[in-house]
Amino acid sequence: MSKPTFVYVTYIRSTPDKVWAALTDPQAIKKFWFGITAESDFKPGSPWALKFEDGRTADAGEILEAVPPRRLVIRWRNEFKPELKAEGYSRCTMEIELADYYPESGGKAVKLTINHELEGDGTKFVEAVSGGWPKVLSNLKSLLETGDVAFDEKVHA
Amino acid sequence: MIDAAKFKPKMIYVTYIAATLEKVWHALIDPAFTKQYFFGFAVEIEARTGGHFRILWPDGRVHVVGEVVEWSPPRRLAVTWLVEGMKGFGELPECLVTYDIAPSGEATKLTMSESHSWDVPRDILKGGEMGWPKILSSLKSLLETGKPLTAANEPPPPEFMEAVKRAVADKPWLRPQTGR
Repeated sequence: MSKPTFVYVTYIRSTPDKVWAALTDPQAIKKFWFGITAESDFKPGSPWALKFEDGRTADAGEILEAVPPRRLVIRWRNEFKPELKAEGYSRCTMEIELADYYPESGGKAVKLTINHELEGDGTKFVEAVSGGWPKVLSNLKSLLETGDVAFDEKVHA
Repeated sequence: MIDAAKFKPKMIYVTYIAATLEKVWHALIDPAFTKQYFFGFAVEIEARTGGHFRILWPDGRVHVVGEVVEWSPPRRLAVTWLVEGMKGFGELPECLVTYDIAPSGEATKLTMSESHSWDVPRDILKGGEMGWPKILSSLKSLLETGKPLTAANEPPPPEFMEAVKRAVADKPWLRPQTGR
């Protein structure tokens, strides 16, 4: 039986370095993650947290792997919704690859794959991130391609 | 017309686009747009429920034939797909592709669902799982920046072609469904 998992793939006109930088820079994260920001030095073994603008912790965990600009793995638990926190830790793997492209048109794209898997059983956490990731990653793509996010939606705890 | 209730979504892809509902709708039905973001394919669509629908290769050959199951601009478009342009694939049952377009703050939420009426093997679903993120990422770029992405349409993996061959030989959709 496979674990409850959410997978999302997006292609971004950018470079692996720029995508890595956006995923690990608190100021960039704040722009595309609806005011939420990250606290971490993004080194293996370091603590990691997502914080609301008022300072409360949204999610927390630890950096399991960090291979710039290719691969980031975070052990991740929701901290602000009891029913999600109760489902325990998850593992979020972010992979950055240079996608195939048509050389004749000079186009390039970065393939960003998010694989977010719950360690234990439960449906609510994966359901919640299934709604959240497409918003966050749509905004990240817009920010990198146009310099601005697609939309700005306040996150309510 | 197909019985849409018999089709269950097997892949859903959501993207948020900084464009109006009308522009997103237009990008789905205008061949001048689809040629740019959809691997060079042109759609040919009759603007009514029950109308015909085709997807054509750049050289005019037919890739997909189908029917418009729902035409509700600018909110909902549903079409059936029978992929004739790939060997063996045309003998599989048609699938249903639905686009839901809804406002979300100042952006537009586009939800694509690929639904099937039979218990499709995972290896066959890989085709859509590989293709849709490229197509819809490119559509978003085209609407937001005026330029599509140029990620290549990779050939399907060998296990995909094997699964198609097996399904065409076994015809599992003719057996009673397991109710999934």
